[in-house]
Amino acid sequence: MATTPNKPAPPKASEKGLVYFPLIAGWLVPGAGHFLLGKWIRGTLLAVSIIAMFAVGLAMQGQLHTSAQDLLDVLGMAGDLGNGLLYFLGRAAGWGTQPVQTTVADYGTKFIVVAGLLNIIAAVDAHNLRTGRKS
Amino acid sequence: MTHPSHFLAVLLFALFASTVFGITMRDTPPKMFRYGAYCFVLFVGSVIVFSWVMFLIAR
Repeated sequence: MATTPNKPAPPKASEKGLVYFPLIAGWLVPGAGHFLLGKWIRGTLLAVSIIAMFAVGLAMQGQLHTSAQDLLDVLGMAGDLGNGLLYFLGRAAGWGTQPVQTTVADYGTKFIVVAGLLNIIAAVDAHNLRTGRKS
Repeated sequence: MTHPSHFLAVLLFALFASTVFGITMRDTPPKMFRYGAYCFVLFVGSVIVFSWVMFLIAR
């Protein structure tokens, strides 16, 4: 019996265009991926949370990782890079360069790393919204 | 320079992280709010519990 060949399904409306644009925009600027998709309240809450966490970390004299001397530095730098343009802005402006001397400053360093990791989660969420995996 | 107390740092950390978790892990606003509040309570509650545990161990 003849069978009809499987044709690829036509792309859905949600799959047209630059699928990775919200992901990249969300990584570079916290909340931007959601803004591009018209999710204004979610984007604003994400942007405020991530930027505030980064700013509070710096205000607590947290350190931006600038070198990858050992494994912990590599992991810290990977987390910091999750902040996107905030990280590069901080590096260019010379923020977070003082050595960590207090417990609160160590907490601040962790705030900056976690802000970067949360930003990656937010960017992936924007990508899922873009592809229709999440509503 | 900001030097918050350790507990205020915990509250800020829990607030920001819970907000992102709530928005990204659930689909509808009521579920987002509930999950965010749940994460916040777990963050702060676990800190209080483990702080008491460490206090009792150190005695």
